[in-house]
Amino acid sequence: MSRTGIVVFLVVCVLFVVSWVVKAGTGDPEGHYIRDGFLVTFAAFLTLAIMSFMYKDNPYYKFAEHLFVGVSAAYWMCLAFWSTLVGNLVPRISERLSNAFMVPHQPGEYNFFFYIPVILGILLLMRLSPKGGWISRWPLAFIVGTTAGLNFVRYLRSDFINQINSTFLPLAVDWQGFGHFFSNLSLNATGQFVAMFGNCVIFFGVLCGVIYFFFSKEHTGWFGRASRVGIWVLMITFGASFGYTVMGRISLLVGRLTFLLRDWLGIAS
Amino acid sequence: MTKHQRKDRHSRVGPATLLITVSVFFTASLSLAQSEPTVSDSVPVDSQAVASIAPVTSLIVEDFKYDDGEKLLLSWIPSIDDVPEVGRITGYEVYRITDGGEPEKIGDLVAGKNSYEDDGLSRESQYQYYVVALSDGGSAMSVMTAPSSPEREWINFGRTNLFLVALIIGGAIIFFIGSARRGKKLFVRKIAGLEAVDEAIGRATEMGRPILFIPGIRDMDDVQTLAALTILGRVAEQVANYDVQIRMPVSRSLVMTAARETIKAGFQTAGRPDAYNDDMVNYVTDEQFGYVAAVDGVMVREKPATVFLLGAFFAESLILAETGNSVGAIQIAGTARPAQLPFFVAACDFTLIGEELFAASAYLSGEPKALGSLKGQDVGKGIAMAAILIGVASATLAELTGWGAMTSLLEIMKGLFSSQ
Repeated sequence: MSRTGIVVFLVVCVLFVVSWVVKAGTGDPEGHYIRDGFLVTFAAFLTLAIMSFMYKDNPYYKFAEHLFVGVSAAYWMCLAFWSTLVGNLVPRISERLSNAFMVPHQPGEYNFFFYIPVILGILLLMRLSPKGGWISRWPLAFIVGTTAGLNFVRYLRSDFINQINSTFLPLAVDWQGFGHFFSNLSLNATGQFVAMFGNCVIFFGVLCGVIYFFFSKEHTGWFGRASRVGIWVLMITFGASFGYTVMGRISLLVGRLTFLLRDWLGIAS
Repeated sequence: MTKHQRKDRHSRVGPATLLITVSVFFTASLSLAQSEPTVSDSVPVDSQAVASIAPVTSLIVEDFKYDDGEKLLLSWIPSIDDVPEVGRITGYEVYRITDGGEPEKIGDLVAGKNSYEDDGLSRESQYQYYVVALSDGGSAMSVMTAPSSPEREWINFGRTNLFLVALIIGGAIIFFIGSARRGKKLFVRKIAGLEAVDEAIGRATEMGRPILFIPGIRDMDDVQTLAALTILGRVAEQVANYDVQIRMPVSRSLVMTAARETIKAGFQTAGRPDAYNDDMVNYVTDEQFGYVAAVDGVMVREKPATVFLLGAFFAESLILAETGNSVGAIQIAGTARPAQLPFFVAACDFTLIGEELFAASAYLSGEPKALGSLKGQDVGKGIAMAAILIGVASATLAELTGWGAMTSLLEIMKGLFSSQ
């Protein structure tokens, strides 16, 4: 570690301790003020350590990264074990195991279906066996196949049938002739022109978008031109979506800054 | 007095006694009728009207169609006093009697309601229902329904159209798979991002830097992850050919297993099984941002020449794409998540948009199954385009001309493409 690195490290340590002492001093004397002061200071340190990545990779970011990865990996493993295996499976298959894990047994009719995931899970662990590794492909195939089958009907309804149904829109709305149309022409959001324009955008946008995703024909001629309109429609949609999502991310940043300025430093109300 | 004389006497006083009896009974009945409260004519004989409101009538219970035998549907004609302007009825209570047991209240409904769905029932039990109309002054109970049980239907005929569409698309897929297997060349148009794959791998070879492959953060049950792994197979083959390093941190243990299999197969196809190493794929964590932090770390430390971001991505998409961009990697991204595509379009060199990701996997693998599936889906798109054209044309003509035939055609189209 360079001299500058050591100096920065010492400064960070001193700031950490000072922050801890100050936060503990301003905490509730009847509560866990030393622990609470440490937790707030540590959370602020981790926040700043992660944010320091915007400057460049550094030891503080590495520390926060490794801590985050290690803790979350262990947490997810424990969660999967205690909620899926112990929480859902054990109470249904064995009273003795339920007592061992101190979870209430759920007696009921014998149901073979509860053992299927057990068998598939064991087969999946055969991956660890040098000779029986191929067996682990069977549960994988089962997972992929059942998911594909279940999703087929779901997507066929939501992404195909319902989408087509929603596109059955008249290109002329409240039509009473050209004279009436031009005499009442306005950009009013609830007006006839805007309604017709909206329906036209949906119709041509959907049609050209589908043409863009048609892979069995070369995109040349009128088909190619419609395809280019389709990609333009997609890009305009992406632009609007980009702005919308960025605003959501800004609100996340505001949340983090609020923690630093209000909960940690106490300089914002 | 002889018996005959007594009998004659009785026979003489009989009519007078009868007249007195009838008079007394009539008078008593009249006074009794005047003392009783007036009951509405609409109240059925067996109802128990407490206040002067009418109960619901024509209470019917029927099996809920096309379910697993867990639901009954109740319907009735609301009380004649259920008039919004008058507001005498404040609501309804629905009661259920299971197997002749005690009544149990199962629903509180607002005034104006005329139906109720009772869910979570057993096919082995008998259920009876009655509805109580409520007012501020009292209540009125309807007749009780006959015992009934829910029934299970094995086939949902309400989704026949869905079945037909699935049959057509499925049939087309099977047909095209068969055609591809028989050796017929199936045309698939060029996809821009795919032509960059070989170039990107070549660039990594020239620069002596690794390739980073990120398969999204979803598990093997997501079709996008499957598409990403199919593309990985092709990439792994090229990686083995060019003798370049590949790194693949994953966030799901099953994906790690499948990815190792895929890369191993790719190396074997390239004739270099000895170059394969299990450490090419490593599990990080299931936690979304923990995974992102680790991948970002890998990017800035190992500075990969090429980054593949293919699969299902969520809020981490822009973080990963921006970090990859900052280290100067050529990035090829693809996802079917509409909300994340804008970030990939903005920050990556090539983006496979939506279905292009699945098409790419078929195009690269060249397998009859994948190609046939792609062509079959194009049949589905053809159906969609034709249906939209017919539907919009009929709706527009119906609006412009008012032709009944066009309105009927529109209704038929809406019926065909309805998922009720």
